[in-house]
Amino acid sequence: MKIADKEHSAVATIKHALEKAHKFQSRYNVFNWINDDAIKRAEEIDARIARGEKIGRLAGVPYALKNNFLSRQGGTTASAKILTEFSSPIDATTVAKLEAEGAIMIGRTNLDAFAHGSSTENSYFGTTKNACDFERVAGGSSGGSAVAVALGIVDFATGTDTGGSIRQPASFNGVYGFKPTYGAISRYGVVAMASSTDCIGFFTQNARDLDLLMRISAGQDSRDLTTLPNFYQDSKVQEVRKIGIIEDFDPEHIDTEVLNIMQKRVEQLQKSGYEVVKLSMPALKYALPAYYIIVPAEISSNLSRYDGVRYGWRSEEARDLDELYKQTRDQGFMPENKRRIMIGNFVLSAGFYDAYYLKAAKARTLIIQEYMRAFKQCDLILSLVAPNPAFKLGSKTHDPVSMYMEDIMTVPVSLAGLPALSIPVGKTAAGLPVGLQLIGPQRSDRTLLRFAEQVADLGCGEQNITESNKREEK
Amino acid sequence: MEINQETVSHLATLSDLALEEDEAQKFEGDIEEIIKYISQLDELDTADVEPTYQVTGLENVWRVDEIRPQEVSSEELLVLTKDTEKQQIKVPRVL
Repeated sequence: MKIADKEHSAVATIKHALEKAHKFQSRYNVFNWINDDAIKRAEEIDARIARGEKIGRLAGVPYALKNNFLSRQGGTTASAKILTEFSSPIDATTVAKLEAEGAIMIGRTNLDAFAHGSSTENSYFGTTKNACDFERVAGGSSGGSAVAVALGIVDFATGTDTGGSIRQPASFNGVYGFKPTYGAISRYGVVAMASSTDCIGFFTQNARDLDLLMRISAGQDSRDLTTLPNFYQDSKVQEVRKIGIIEDFDPEHIDTEVLNIMQKRVEQLQKSGYEVVKLSMPALKYALPAYYIIVPAEISSNLSRYDGVRYGWRSEEARDLDELYKQTRDQGFMPENKRRIMIGNFVLSAGFYDAYYLKAAKARTLIIQEYMRAFKQCDLILSLVAPNPAFKLGSKTHDPVSMYMEDIMTVPVSLAGLPALSIPVGKTAAGLPVGLQLIGPQRSDRTLLRFAEQVADLGCGEQNITESNKREEK
Repeated sequence: MEINQETVSHLATLSDLALEEDEAQKFEGDIEEIIKYISQLDELDTADVEPTYQVTGLENVWRVDEIRPQEVSSEELLVLTKDTEKQQIKVPRVL
């Protein structure tokens, strides 16, 4: 990341980023809102530099904010109609920390409404297109953020990852996407989806920038009591020698090109002296059904607060309070929001709780135990991010279960609260990016990021950024 | 299990959603498919397994019981709602 200094003015950097943002917007639909006032913030940074004042570690660096983070700049809608008239009076802790270091938000990025989705097609503000092929999806739910970094509009973007919402769009657009250990970064001021797996993370063009962003944003916050006592900054980088490969995913359901790219990278690591250990993890097969019980259950609870009364959009047709709630929620949520709320209420309702919710919570224990056994045999796990590269727009929107299958390799990690990083490692013949997922034990975040740097140095990391810049010049 | 319009309508009530008829019909099939999918958990033996609800082992995180200054004033919060009267949020009749 280039921070502002005497040679690179913040104003020039931000102007350039805003120009790109406007230029790409009509084609890719990256943003819900572009912050033209960002120039004023850049002017303040330049004035501070001119006065010789101390500036932050992100001074003048443009970033994009996933539109489910509260910030006093622009409206936070979570890309849903029900929040279209909401402007936050506070900043999320993460936003406050980034801006205290001088980072400048140039736009709020599109997502599947309330982060429910794997393609950014469930947004009230339309679909975001893939950075490499605009007949294909950006992935999701943080699709806008992934594309903003892939197109080189910003140096980094924030994301949230409940079951893969950072890692999968990172893979689909050829950028780095990091979901830290559960509780590493405060979620205060971020629209809640499923509180037992929601994580804040980032998209960047390299692993080193992720380390800087973690140094700035990780840490305990008295406003989010699930945050872990500070560990990132002081944790030791462990040596990585053994890399685990999960054997249990059925190759029949995985795209051959994606499998070949993975195979090639594994061989490359072996040649570089890493030991590759094969892991049998049969319980992972049950992670996706368990996830689609636990997460809707938590969603049904977290989304009960949206009723049109205290903030956001309100249906004007209601004759009484009950109608106000029901009509506001019916018209304000996207279909996928409603499906998840209803499934959540189903699995929690009397007569079904034991068979679904409790069963899933027990499956979660077995999944966690399986990872603990795995990390006795290896230092990190290497896996695919998704079973396929970015798919065609509209190809999964009519079949919710096929969309859920997109998350099959990312949700097990979320249920166990582990850190995981999607790194760009190659492209299919059609030029679609493919990412691999590095997974570590809880609190191994620094080791994971350091290892990703080493992998990139081996030539495994392949970035999409140069091509998107080329495209821009056309 | 079989999902019918009665189940959908019950879930819509629990969810505070006034579903239109065509959407309720579409959801009937969707919800049945989803429940069929998540029901594969039945195969998994979970006898003697404790459930997990929290993954990092944090328990009882206390803070000092003290009054802290509020970041946001009631005026700043009231501007977020549609209709107010005498510093209160106004809604349509309840009954």
